[in-house]
Amino acid sequence: MTHFTAVVLFALFASVVFGITQRETPPRMFRYGIYCFVLFTGSAIALSWVMFLIAR
Amino acid sequence: MATAPNTTAAAKQESQPGFVYLPLIAGWLVPGAGHFLLRKWGRGALLAASILSMFVLGLVMQGKLYTGAHDILDILGMAGDLGNGLLYVVSRVFSLGADQVQVTTADYGTRFIVVAGLLNVIAAVDAHNLRTGRKA
Repeated sequence: MTHFTAVVLFALFASVVFGITQRETPPRMFRYGIYCFVLFTGSAIALSWVMFLIAR
Repeated sequence: MATAPNTTAAAKQESQPGFVYLPLIAGWLVPGAGHFLLRKWGRGALLAASILSMFVLGLVMQGKLYTGAHDILDILGMAGDLGNGLLYVVSRVFSLGADQVQVTTADYGTRFIVVAGLLNVIAAVDAHNLRTGRKA
């Protein structure tokens, strides 16, 4: 399993739980889940680039 | 008025007989069980699938199960692991999980197991909120 696969799986499972528990109606749960997933993976990718550029 | 739906839900839930903390305890012991008790089948199935998958993936990645509290980080890790309820107990009984982190993926696996426990606690509290009517 690559680091990126681990990040995507982590983001997926955490987003499902956050979506269901933090919102009340199914459409809002879905939207919040997508929002969390994008934030998890997006921030991981952004921080990875920052660390890559610092290490050069 | 914003509080009207919650007030209605609270009144509806208060009329339900039984032990009010049962969904909280069941949800902690078995992921998703709290929602199943409240007949929230879809939510329960998604929560159970997510938390179980995360826990099993952590074990497959040779993640470590915290067994003792030697320092503050171990205490926090064990608190997270205990959130998995019976999954943690069964894994300890069958000696699943690595004793020491030896490969990089095992470090990820350890975090997966801890986070699965923390997510399970959030899910159990959500079931309790549904039962008390704090959430619709």
